[in-house]
Amino acid sequence: MTTPSPNKIHRTEAVVEINNLSKSFDNQPVLNDVCLQLFKGENLVVLGKSGSGKSVLIKCIVRLLNPDGGSIHVLGQDITSVNRDELNDLRKKIGFLFQSGALYDSMTVKQNMEFHLKRIKKNLTKKEIKEKIAEVLENVGLPEALNKMPAQLSGGMRKRISLARTIVVDPQIMLYDEPTTGLDPVTSDEISTLINQVQEKYKTSSIIITHDIACARTNANRVVMLQNGKIYMEGSIEMFEKSEDAIIKPFFI
Amino acid sequence: MKKFTPVIKARGFATQQSKRLSEKTLKKSQVASIFFAEVADVFLFITVLIKETFSRDFEFKEFFRQCFHIGYKSLPLVSVTGAIMGLVLTIQSRPVLVDFGAVSLLPGMVTVSIIREMGPVITALICAGKVGSGMGAELGSMKVTEQIEAMEVSSINPMRYLVVTRVLAATLMIPILILYADALGILGGWAGANIKGNVSFVLFFSQAFASISFVDFLPAVAKSFFFGAVIGLVGCYKGYNAGRGTASVGVAANSAVVLASLLVIVIDLIAVQISDMIL
Repeated sequence: MTTPSPNKIHRTEAVVEINNLSKSFDNQPVLNDVCLQLFKGENLVVLGKSGSGKSVLIKCIVRLLNPDGGSIHVLGQDITSVNRDELNDLRKKIGFLFQSGALYDSMTVKQNMEFHLKRIKKNLTKKEIKEKIAEVLENVGLPEALNKMPAQLSGGMRKRISLARTIVVDPQIMLYDEPTTGLDPVTSDEISTLINQVQEKYKTSSIIITHDIACARTNANRVVMLQNGKIYMEGSIEMFEKSEDAIIKPFFI
Repeated sequence: MKKFTPVIKARGFATQQSKRLSEKTLKKSQVASIFFAEVADVFLFITVLIKETFSRDFEFKEFFRQCFHIGYKSLPLVSVTGAIMGLVLTIQSRPVLVDFGAVSLLPGMVTVSIIREMGPVITALICAGKVGSGMGAELGSMKVTEQIEAMEVSSINPMRYLVVTRVLAATLMIPILILYADALGILGGWAGANIKGNVSFVLFFSQAFASISFVDFLPAVAKSFFFGAVIGLVGCYKGYNAGRGTASVGVAANSAVVLASLLVIVIDLIAVQISDMIL
């Protein structure tokens, strides 16, 4: 097990600032007055049971879902009130790793990465694109997967390639939606380690949604626990591990 | 106390009835609101589609890929259907025309039937099945596996990349497939005429072309563009708006075929009425 990234965390500089965020579906509140900050260079792990609103939280950050109330400032701009072009500019600075990987089935690994790179970094030459893809694939440890189709990849490989596709455009903020779900413990550990390596190398700030404690231990600089759409507890992983709280303790057994 | 019982019963009955009535009204209003929400959704989808069609950064590569997919990959199916259509029409019509001593009208009759009606409608229905269901299933599975969301969060417009290219490719390629099916249908008609008779290729085709005019051709070509657009639109709409879970992929594909086929028939009816009034 590796330790969380030793990158310098700028506690005064919040790259994501969420204030009084609320979201409900069919009059069923999922997020209720959530206030949260992600600091520059930090790995923030959001823990919580299934259905506690973790994925909804990060989908609101990229405005895949529109919040019912509150504000979300990303890199200084309120994402809830920006126009379409400003939203697209902000989204270029955010990387989102989906739980399923969300690789494009009809494209090879290379085409998957080119697809994002060509549209986000329009001024790159063909040679630069090729070099960038090779470098990122090397960083995730899968240079040989370049011409493979997603269907030919295992679960862990898909996650790695998905991560590679996300970081190839150099995002400043990374949002991970349950990055280790559905993987065996060894592969989960590899992915968690890779998340730290990516953060160190690309100097990203990350929110990691998970209920995998091993992943939280490996990655967290700070942990937040969501319970019934509210922040239940916030602190270091050690603080959580020592907690005798009836809701928190079962996670660490 | 006893003499009030009927009043209480009547009041209870009235309350029960009004409750049932309000429940029924509520249910019907919910159904109506779902219907109107769907109609609004379709209009919004079409509006965004039109806006994105004329926007910058048109995805030419994907458009040509879709043209290849819809056009070239449908050729075997359309070829077989077109040829059989002409063959069957000739074999079925020949005995009746022979009875009336009008067998010489066979090439013209077959050609006009194929060009005006059978070619466009049958090819469009075949394409609704192949192309419409393909689009519904492909976009539906992309939606279920979060691929469409992955594009959106990366500031790539999925409407522009996925929908505009597919709808335009279908609008362009389906009329071409229809013309191709028409040609093979007439060829099939010639083959059918030669099963029990002996008609030369030149004679059959000279009679066939002599009997058709611009008036037969124009409405058929015009409506085939609408067939293409509606097949692409329905396939994309159903796939793009698929629900969650793998079952919704099947539902999207199935409803795309059913709705596109129905709309092809409805458009055909409208086109026939309009061309009948104008021409």
